[in-house]
Amino acid sequence: MTKVKEPKEKVQGSPAGRIGLFVSFAIVAALALIPFWAMLVGTFQDGDMLIRYGLNLGIDPSTAHVHNWVMLFTDSGPYFRWFANSLVLTVVQVVGTLLISSFVAYGFAMYDFKFKSFLFILVLVLMTIPFEMLMLPLYIQVNTMGMADNYAAILLPFLAQASTIFFFRQFMVGLPKEILEAGRVDGVSEFGIFFRLIMPLLKPAMAAMAILNGMASWNNFLWPLLVLRSPDKYTLPIGLNTLMTPYGNNYSLLIVGSFFSLIPILLLFLAFQRFFVEGMTAGAVKG
Amino acid sequence: MKGLFYSQKAAPYLFILPFILTFGIFWAFPLGRSIVMSGQNILPGQTENVGFDNYTRLFHDRLFWLAMTNSLRYTLLTLVLLIPIPLVLAVLVNSKIGSPKIKGFFKSAMFIPALTSVVVAGIVFRLMFSESDTSLMNQIVSFFGFGPVKWLKNDLTGLAALLVVAMWRWTGVNMMYFLAGLQAIAPEFYEAARIDGASRWQQFRYVTLPQLRPTITYVLTISVYGGMAMFLESFMLYNGNNSPQNIGLTIVGYLYRQGVEKNDLGYASAVGVVLLVVILAINLTQLFFSGMFKKENR
Repeated sequence: MTKVKEPKEKVQGSPAGRIGLFVSFAIVAALALIPFWAMLVGTFQDGDMLIRYGLNLGIDPSTAHVHNWVMLFTDSGPYFRWFANSLVLTVVQVVGTLLISSFVAYGFAMYDFKFKSFLFILVLVLMTIPFEMLMLPLYIQVNTMGMADNYAAILLPFLAQASTIFFFRQFMVGLPKEILEAGRVDGVSEFGIFFRLIMPLLKPAMAAMAILNGMASWNNFLWPLLVLRSPDKYTLPIGLNTLMTPYGNNYSLLIVGSFFSLIPILLLFLAFQRFFVEGMTAGAVKG
Repeated sequence: MKGLFYSQKAAPYLFILPFILTFGIFWAFPLGRSIVMSGQNILPGQTENVGFDNYTRLFHDRLFWLAMTNSLRYTLLTLVLLIPIPLVLAVLVNSKIGSPKIKGFFKSAMFIPALTSVVVAGIVFRLMFSESDTSLMNQIVSFFGFGPVKWLKNDLTGLAALLVVAMWRWTGVNMMYFLAGLQAIAPEFYEAARIDGASRWQQFRYVTLPQLRPTITYVLTISVYGGMAMFLESFMLYNGNNSPQNIGLTIVGYLYRQGVEKNDLGYASAVGVVLLVVILAINLTQLFFSGMFKKENR
């Protein structure tokens, strides 16, 4: 049978339809980006003015200045300490979560064992239990384990993460089982098969999960707020939140610091985004 | 020891061990403790069992019901807004109309708000929803001929502000989920539908929607969770857990107030248990109806 070539890949649709689509995309994208513009404009205004007049999209050239930006890099107190803390925590959290969650997911995806369905249902149930409900007993728990005011308390409970395990498992179920057999024939251990043969295939899934976990970790607020006591351990969201008081030039640092805090996570997103939808598709919830 | 690494019998248990440990230490145990604490009156140095007293108190607690109502209506409205709109956007992005480049830019632009922390989003929206007549939102309403609104001082405008923040941050994320689901649908389905003479709408109704059901179920589940557990958006928008007449109080906000601010752990645990039961009830019902568990058992 000869394959009929479809004249498809070109841009399709009537010109009117295309223009309509373009205009609606432009409007929705503008709505999504407007707050960033407002924030950028705000970084060139006095914090006191922001408190009094709020934020809008216009900028008055006669009052605009770069003092906030100068302050950020010369006199921002603990800001870059928070920044470094957040950076370290995010990197450790993302690497750890990707490793451990894919490790666990592999067990669920490739083997049959006793209690498998039961344990997997636990994963599903855990995905629907709000962390907020457990935060107080979990806080007591990490305190009794001697992890109060410690980064371990922020990291450990979330390394084997239900939603990430679920995602990797969905992705791996789609991989050919022959890889395992081939590995075993070659005398590779079960763990060697995972680390050496399977892991390289997980790239798109890893990229998608790196973005989602990176976002969650960089922006994590409630749990660190409960756990962390010493100001020198504060992360960016916690530190920024302490600036939400109208004293001194807090608001000036708040707005410029908020804007600057977007940069690392934006870079992470831009670096991995081309894998993102591909990865999400491969791990998508299948019927 | 070496045999262990080669044993196909032992391997799966070692693989899932981190999950079992995490689950036991950080989830099951605290969950159990939470249920026990909900039956106790916990004071520094002394703890007494009070049976269901905390639950009775909860039942008669006006503020708890206010928080519950606030959370439920917020959840319901986020479902109404954050499922159909992202779904339509995803279908448009996935359609063959228009250039892929523009769509690529659109996808990124839509997702970027989700990268902001709730703290940053809260700061920006708090300032955009400021009472001053020069704030962005008041400029918009004045463009339509209305006077400045005290957004964060009234019940319904406060709710609107929360919904705007939620839509801003989550439309792109949900769109991505739907887009991933759409791209997993085999093109043969659409071809078959076209051969049968199905219109665009019929293709959407009879191919896209049924094929997308697992994704919709998933998004619904995480949205119910996100909506019922909403707290920080309100916390940031109102600069703390105290909003005027508690218009921004949610269940988790109430749990935080009782547990952290008033240190009444027993009562806060009861709030948590009720929250858990409500969320599990909603989500398990819809997971069962969608046949999710059956499929995972395979």
